[in-house]
Amino acid sequence: MREITFGAAVNEAISEEMRLDNSIIVLGEDVAEAGTPFKVLSGLVEEFGTDRVVDTPISEPGFTGIAVGAAITGLRPIVDIMFGDFLFLIMDQLCNQAAKTHYMSGGKLSVPMVLRTNMGATRRSAAQHSQSLHSLVAHIPGLKVAMPSSAYEAKGLMKTAIRDNNPVVIFEDKLMYNDKAEVPEEEYLINFGEANILHPGTDITLIATSSMVQQAEIAANTLADQNISAEVIDPRTISPLDENTLINSVKKTSHAIVIDEGHQNFGVTAEIAARISEKAFYYLDAPVQRLGAMDVPVPFSPVLEDLTVPTAQQIHDRAVMVLKGEI
Amino acid sequence: MSNKKDNKNSYLQMFRQMVRIRAFEEQANQLYLSAKMPGLTHMYVGQEAVAVGICEALTPNDKITSTHRGHGHCVAKGADFKQMFCELLGKKEGYCRGKGGSMHIADQANGNLGANAIVGGSAGIATGAALTAKRLGKKEVSVCFFGDGALGQGLLYETMNMAALWKLPIIYACENNLYGEYTKVEEMAAGDLKARAKGFGIESFEVDGQDVLAVNNLTQELVERARKGDGPFFMLLNTYRYHGHHVGDINREYYRSKEEEQLWRDERDPIKNLSMLLIDKKISTSEELKSIELEIEKDAEEAVDYALNAAWPEASEVNMHVFAAN
Repeated sequence: MREITFGAAVNEAISEEMRLDNSIIVLGEDVAEAGTPFKVLSGLVEEFGTDRVVDTPISEPGFTGIAVGAAITGLRPIVDIMFGDFLFLIMDQLCNQAAKTHYMSGGKLSVPMVLRTNMGATRRSAAQHSQSLHSLVAHIPGLKVAMPSSAYEAKGLMKTAIRDNNPVVIFEDKLMYNDKAEVPEEEYLINFGEANILHPGTDITLIATSSMVQQAEIAANTLADQNISAEVIDPRTISPLDENTLINSVKKTSHAIVIDEGHQNFGVTAEIAARISEKAFYYLDAPVQRLGAMDVPVPFSPVLEDLTVPTAQQIHDRAVMVLKGEI
Repeated sequence: MSNKKDNKNSYLQMFRQMVRIRAFEEQANQLYLSAKMPGLTHMYVGQEAVAVGICEALTPNDKITSTHRGHGHCVAKGADFKQMFCELLGKKEGYCRGKGGSMHIADQANGNLGANAIVGGSAGIATGAALTAKRLGKKEVSVCFFGDGALGQGLLYETMNMAALWKLPIIYACENNLYGEYTKVEEMAAGDLKARAKGFGIESFEVDGQDVLAVNNLTQELVERARKGDGPFFMLLNTYRYHGHHVGDINREYYRSKEEEQLWRDERDPIKNLSMLLIDKKISTSEELKSIELEIEKDAEEAVDYALNAAWPEASEVNMHVFAAN
C-alpha cells in the first residue's frame, strides 16, 4: 500500500470532503497561499479558490465566532488555529458559543464545524507554542475531541469530523506531520468513540493518545523482548471515549498505564485512570499508573524540555515495575 | 425611497409591536416580583423603538443575534408570546424547550439566532451568518444587536474588521442606553463611538432610538444597500432603559437619578410619541390605539396563564441535545 505523510493525509481528507460538499470552507491565518506554517493545506486554495479557503486577520476569537455563525446558518467551516496554545484566545467562542448552542436552543440550532489545531512539545518552541490542551476542551459538554496518532488515523478521523453535525476539535501532533504511514487510496472513515487496539497483549494495558501511541508501541516491543505481552490501545477520540474497550482490556490484563502528552494534573490520564478504578477495580493487580506531561510550563532549553514529556523508556520501566509488584 | 413604510398598516404594525414588547416585559417583571420565574431577567422597556424599527425593515429570512436584554428583539422578529413565556419559566413548550431561558431565547423560524449571555458574544455569530448569506448568494442581511457595554469587547472589532474586508451584508446595531450594567457609558467608552466603526471604513449612522419611524427609515435604506453588497454598516441608536440592569436592580440612585428616569418616560417614550403622532396626523384615534393596547395586554395575560400551567420538561430531557444527531 502507498505511504503518505500525516500532513498529506490531513490535506487529502479536507480536499476530498470539499469536493463532495460545497458548503465546506476553510478559515484561518495563512491557510490560503501559505498553506499554513506547516504547509499542511498547500494546494487547497489553488483548487477551491479564495472564497472557500479564506485567509483571516490574526483574530482568533473573531474568525472562530464567524465560523460558529456560519455553521449555524448552513456552511460547514473548518477553522484553523495555528497553534494549540492559541485555544486560550478563543475559549468563549468555542466553549460558551459553539459547544452550547445546540443544547441551549433545545436542539433547534446546530454547529457543524471542525476546529483543527495542534499539540506536542520537544520542538524547542517554549511555553506558548508547545502545549497539549486537549483535556481542557474535552471537559466541555458539547465538544467532540479527536487525537489522530498516525497518517491513517488523521485522514479517517478528519473525514468523520467534517461530516459530524457538531463542533469537533482535532488535535494534530505537530511533530508527526512528516511521519509516513500506509493510507489506502480508497475512501474510508474512522468512527468516533471506537478505540483501536494496535498491539494485542495479555499482561498489561498501555492506553496512549496521539504522540504517545508511538512511544507505547516502542515500549511494547522492548517489553516483548522480556517476554512481557503489552496491549496498546489508542482511544482515537477522548470525547466520546470508548470506555468499554479500555475496561475490557484492563479486566483481561489486570494492569494498566495511561500515557498522554497533556499535563498530568486533572488531565486525560486522570480521567481514564478514574474510570478504570470505577469499572475494573476488582480486576486490578496493581494501582493504575499515569504518565503525563510534567506539570510545569514547557521550558525552552532542550535539556529541560525533554524531561517534561513521557518517553518509551519511561513507559517500559514503569510497566516492569508494575508487573514486578514494585509499585 | 419607494418602499418606505408610510401607510397606516405599517404605522399601526410598529405601534402594535412596541406595545407587545412593553406588555410582555410588564408581565415578565411581575413574574419576577411574584417569585414565579426562576432566575433573573433584563427588561427592554424604553428601547422598543430600536428593536421594532429595525426588525420591521427585515424579512423572516434575515438573521438577527440578540443580547441578554433580548425579549424585545425576539418579539420584534415575530415570536409568539406563549412560547416565549414558557421559555422564561423553563417549560417544555418554550422556544428552547426550557433549556435556554430568558438569556438564550432563539427563534430560528423567524431568523432569531438567539440571545446571548456574554456581552458582545454574538458579534461573531451575526457576522458568520452574513458570511453564509454572501457565500451562498442568499441576499439575506444580518443584524447584530448589542449595547454600549459591548463596545468594550475586542471580539466586536475583530469581526467588524473582517466584515469590512469581506464586504459582508451585516448591520451592527449599537443600542446606547447610556449604562453598561451600573456604570455610565462615558466612564467606559472613550472618544467618538461612531468613529470606532469608521476606523474600519464602515459607514456609520446615528439615529434617535426613541423614534421608531426614524429607525425604520434608516434601517430600510441600509438593508436595501446591504442586500446589494454595499455593507457592512454601523448604527448608533440613542435610547434608554427604564428599568435597572436586571429586574432585581431596584435601588439605582447611586448611578442615575429618578429625575433622569422620569424625564425619559415623560418626554422620550417611543410608544407615547408614536401615539401622539398617529393621532395628530389623523392616522389613528386614541380609541383605536387604546383598544389595540387592551387586546395585547389580554394576549399577554393569557400567555402568562398558559405558561404557568404548562408542563415542565421530563427528566429525560436533561441529557438530550448535548450533541446533534448525525
